[in-house]
Amino acid sequence: MADAGDSVLQVELVAADRLVWSGQATMVIARTTEGDVGILPNHAPLLSSIIEGVVDVQTVEGETWVAAVDAGFLSVADNRVSILSERAEMSHEIDLEKARQDLERAKSSGEDDDAAQEAVRRAEARIRAAERAS
Amino acid sequence: MALSVREYRARIKSTESMKKITRAMELIAASRIIKAQQRAQAAAPYARELTRAVSAVATFSNVDHALTLEPENPKKAAILIVTSDRGLAGAYSSSVLKEAERLIEKLKGEGKDVDLYTSGRKAEAYFKFRQRRVVQSWTGFSDQPTYDVAAEIGATLIATFLAEEGDDLADVDEVHVVYTRFRSMLSQEPTAVRLLPLEVVEGTEPPEAGDLLPLYEFEPSPSDVLDSLLPRYVQSRIFFALLQAAASELAARQKAMKSATDNADELIKKYKRIANQARQAGITQEISEIVGGVNALADAQAGSE
Repeated sequence: MADAGDSVLQVELVAADRLVWSGQATMVIARTTEGDVGILPNHAPLLSSIIEGVVDVQTVEGETWVAAVDAGFLSVADNRVSILSERAEMSHEIDLEKARQDLERAKSSGEDDDAAQEAVRRAEARIRAAERAS
Repeated sequence: MALSVREYRARIKSTESMKKITRAMELIAASRIIKAQQRAQAAAPYARELTRAVSAVATFSNVDHALTLEPENPKKAAILIVTSDRGLAGAYSSSVLKEAERLIEKLKGEGKDVDLYTSGRKAEAYFKFRQRRVVQSWTGFSDQPTYDVAAEIGATLIATFLAEEGDDLADVDEVHVVYTRFRSMLSQEPTAVRLLPLEVVEGTEPPEAGDLLPLYEFEPSPSDVLDSLLPRYVQSRIFFALLQAAASELAARQKAMKSATDNADELIKKYKRIANQARQAGITQEISEIVGGVNALADAQAGSE
């Protein structure tokens, strides 16, 4: 349905309680349960679950925005990309020191269940996002 | 006029300080309402995108999911009642509770057992006082709910819904939510909706003739995507209900406090009038006493001369 001419992605990065980022982009990279996926304009419609990780957005102006997200979804249709996650933060909103402490705490909690692993993954993703940006 | 001027003055004073309090509460509620509305607006994109995704899956795949399946013979229902933590909001909590009672009656009439889940201290107190069992209650966030709370409530309700008979958890066949819908600053309306099993979601847009619908690829698979999508959808619906309830609570409080302030004004006016009357009566009495006394003196002197 997309016109061949318009080759930008309309991206919305949405957290449960706010719209984190929205704008036009040329490429979006996210981590799904199956592995990283890169979305370029005119991508086939896709609905996929994503896991805790880093989302890269390359805007039409050539900037790169990095965000840390929790588990959620990615949906692509008609050059519209929506990334939904219960929690999402842009890299510049993340306090690197605090994120490191969180990771330490998550790792040293000693538990090895799903929730603990999720916390570790989330903390790692936030640090990665913050480091990439700085 | 049974009371003295002094006592009326005391009453006026206490009414005035009460008025100050209700006035302050009115202003606080008014300022918080704007924030609550903003929060509700901020949460809208997530709900919208989620609804879009759910309807996409529902429309483009034929996967049945446990959360959408109608139980054949519903015997037990759970109700989540969303009220406030604090009073002083007029009939806000009691009208939600009334609506809930009506729903309970209706479900009982259909031969279903009802399990109660509550949010907010008012509902907890209401059922405790009547010694009715509440399975679980959540308190302490009614005027600014966070998504985490909604997620927790959602997880609990989904778990009870999915529980099989014979599990430790109470197995329920449907889940209802009673909350107050925020229509405008002036009107809030207690509403009961069925949350689970999920009803067919309104489609993004009805397919137009000759228009090809996007054929989604699902990763890893339609059922997996649906598995993680639907619980989130439920949680987002609960979050929506909590946010609406919070905005309604503040609006109800503002309205209640405004009328309390107005009433205090009226009362002060009334007391002032009575106090002035009492004062005037006192003065008149004094004058007539003096005049009477002078007359009596004059009479006595005239008599002795």
